[in-house]
Amino acid sequence: MLDVMYFAWVRERIGEPRERVETDAATVEELVEELKAREPRYEAAFADLSALRVALDQELADFDAPLAGVREVAFFPPMTGG
Amino acid sequence: MPVVRVQSEPFSLGDEAEAFAKGRTDAGGLVTFTGVVRDTGGLARMEIEHYPGMTEKAIAGMVDTAMARWDLADALVIHRHGTLAPGDRIMMVATASRHRVAAFEAAEFLMDYLKSRAPFWKKEFGPDGAAWVAAKDEDEDALSRW
Repeated sequence: MLDVMYFAWVRERIGEPRERVETDAATVEELVEELKAREPRYEAAFADLSALRVALDQELADFDAPLAGVREVAFFPPMTGG
Repeated sequence: MPVVRVQSEPFSLGDEAEAFAKGRTDAGGLVTFTGVVRDTGGLARMEIEHYPGMTEKAIAGMVDTAMARWDLADALVIHRHGTLAPGDRIMMVATASRHRVAAFEAAEFLMDYLKSRAPFWKKEFGPDGAAWVAAKDEDEDALSRW
């Protein structure tokens, strides 16, 4: 089980800030494909991965990163702090 | 000891700068930078979302890097989230060093990283509705100089 979190417009497109996901996905990309196959709102949120960033257990990661041992996955647009 | 604070409450620039400077004999130069909400044309308010937990960790990591890379005696980062209005202070960075060049450079490094690597997202509310602020290529490019 993974805790999957969404922020900013990704959260708005998916319609919730977090959910528990049962998955056997080996990588972030595989998780994204599983989610996109579920419902159109995921398809809308994940349409352009180049516009998204991912963090695994609160550390920035790449979309081809493995999910083994990961508890928390977060998807969000590029950050706009400062 | 470096301090990182992520908070919704306003902060007093004067009080923070004074507290950072007080009693300090280990640094000949203190730099403070303050970020202010700019009215880009009818901006009513801005909402800043963040990722509790990751935000504090990410900023602490940047501060550790700055402390190791420059000869810093101390550093302070305050960043707000929640609802802000034009003129409100969003964030501040303070650095203390024996020499001013290190204090200025470390403050700029922290600013560049806060813009693009701390998990904050700004949404602006204006006359044409609400829109998420898009990240700028130049902000990402700014990281390459470090």
